[in-house]
Amino acid sequence: MHTRNNISSEPKFLRRLRDFFQHGDRPWRVLLILMSLLLLVMILAIGWLLWRESAGSRIQFGLGFLTPTLNANWDPVNDRFQAWPFIYGTLLTSLAAMLLALPLSLGIAIFLSELCPERLRQPLNSLIELLAAIPSVVYGLWGIFVFLPVVVAPFGQVLADTIGRIPGLGLLFMGPMPESGSSRLGAALILTIMIIPTITAITRDVLLAIPSHQREASMAMGATRWETIWKVLLPFGLSGILGAVIIGLGRALGETMAVTMVIGNSIEGSPSLLRPGYTMSSVIANEFAEAVTKLHTQVLIEVGLVLFFITLLLNIIARLLVWSVARKTPQDVRA
Amino acid sequence: MTSFQQMIAKNQTTLGTRRKMVNALMLTVTGLLTLLVLALLFWIVGYVLLRGMKAINLSFITQPPRPLGVAGGGVLHAIEGTIVITVLAALFAIPPGILAAFYAARNPNTPLGIALRFSTDVLSGIPSIVIGLFAYAILVKPMGHYSGLAGGAALAILMLPIILRTTEEMLKLVPHDLYEGSLALGAAEWKTSLSVIFPAALDGIVTGFLLAIARAAGETAPLLFTTLGNERYDIKGIISNGIVQHQSFLMIIGRIVNQPVDSLPLTLWKYAQQPYPERIDQSWAVALVLMIFVLLMNIIARLWIYFRMRRMKG
Repeated sequence: MHTRNNISSEPKFLRRLRDFFQHGDRPWRVLLILMSLLLLVMILAIGWLLWRESAGSRIQFGLGFLTPTLNANWDPVNDRFQAWPFIYGTLLTSLAAMLLALPLSLGIAIFLSELCPERLRQPLNSLIELLAAIPSVVYGLWGIFVFLPVVVAPFGQVLADTIGRIPGLGLLFMGPMPESGSSRLGAALILTIMIIPTITAITRDVLLAIPSHQREASMAMGATRWETIWKVLLPFGLSGILGAVIIGLGRALGETMAVTMVIGNSIEGSPSLLRPGYTMSSVIANEFAEAVTKLHTQVLIEVGLVLFFITLLLNIIARLLVWSVARKTPQDVRA
Repeated sequence: MTSFQQMIAKNQTTLGTRRKMVNALMLTVTGLLTLLVLALLFWIVGYVLLRGMKAINLSFITQPPRPLGVAGGGVLHAIEGTIVITVLAALFAIPPGILAAFYAARNPNTPLGIALRFSTDVLSGIPSIVIGLFAYAILVKPMGHYSGLAGGAALAILMLPIILRTTEEMLKLVPHDLYEGSLALGAAEWKTSLSVIFPAALDGIVTGFLLAIARAAGETAPLLFTTLGNERYDIKGIISNGIVQHQSFLMIIGRIVNQPVDSLPLTLWKYAQQPYPERIDQSWAVALVLMIFVLLMNIIARLWIYFRMRRMKG
């Protein structure tokens, strides 16, 4: 009785506080929820901060900063900036890499999920994923000294001599190919190698998540294995595979070091894949630490902001697509 | 009549052969594509190993750099820098990553749980250079100088999704009976989570740390304008200097993290752009060190997961 009186005589907020901390479960839940919100807050904070820091550039140049032009200005000394060459370089190399990586990754994913013997599957998976673990700078170094001279330069020359002569399409493959091999083509090919593991891993998970009665039903109808894969499994997992490709595209858009090392870093006006170019991420990497003026810094942050919005949008679309497959099936697919 | 049947039979066999051939052809092609990509992997890894072996020696990893033109010298400053920023990143990323993973594993279908998984996936897709810009704007600019601290924070943001996801997967693997048993004995939920579930999942979670650290140690883009680089970085000097001057422990730590540092990938990038053959050689040696570190981490983590999975399946 004595203690009861004691408790009821203490201030109300103290009692509430004691209730709150009793057993420690409610503080624990609050802590977990705060930590979970942290990620969401971080994404919003990245967007907001880049938006704020690029204010000067956005006000001064407006939309003209991003629109396509043939001979763009990029003159830090005289404060004239247009970002189109970088946007073009990023889009061209990433789309080319995506188109090349799609059939390759699809083939590998089919092999790993449908054909490969059970014992080989795990080691092969790990090996393909090792490709994603190699640091980007190492790809870049290998690219400069091995890949560009051995593969890209001769291959680019062949392309320039064949497709480059066709009017229309030839604009994209116009020579002359630089002797060192530093070109958008080199960047696209390196990006292809770098995004294959990503697309493969997600596509493989999507295929594995398809219920096996789909396969059995198709085989029971007399379809061959390939017909089962091509006409049953791929349509079933289509949205997931599309998601995988978009995630790969997102990786390619943001990839910095390897691309910077092989693309040649030049803002010349040629639209050709076989000429040196520049990308959004490489211009930030090359110029940010040595930015001449305050405006130069802001302009580079605006380039980063554009990159952020593009990849954010692509990722949101892609995750929704991948999740839509996962919802149809009992297995969890994460990328 | 017979001719008609013959036609059907002929048609069926030719069609059948064609279908079988397409089947065999396409299945072979998928196998060949796998081989092609594996060949690329071995080409890259093999070339870096061979080329790096030629350029590396013991003094390379035990000595600070010498001026250009003087033979020898190493990248000790970059190794120290890499360790400092990776440890910082792990310190920043591991506590929130694990706590959020507890939430995600227990509440996968609440609105916040779905939002959390979604933002994890989205955050892991944001380019690392953009995260570098963010760290610059939020840390370097207000502090007024480049520092290892800012670089560690940038890497932490990159590590967070990896840690969160692997921890979540591993927590989900812990049998539900353990959770219920602990609650039935009267333990509170936080006590159950920390002293029953977490130890049961611990070795799986450690693999997540290894993968995240491997990823962070190889990153360059977010460090370009957060840690900047510092050829005269010397932890031993800072510590001995601090002891001589009777500085407190915290002050010495502060001096270690609060100045520009170099890291291995950053050094590799700078050296690879220089026209001097000895610098190029050194960049191959750095590539070798990085590659061995990253591959070892990955292989250990994968084997660990593999054996754990096998044990749990029984």
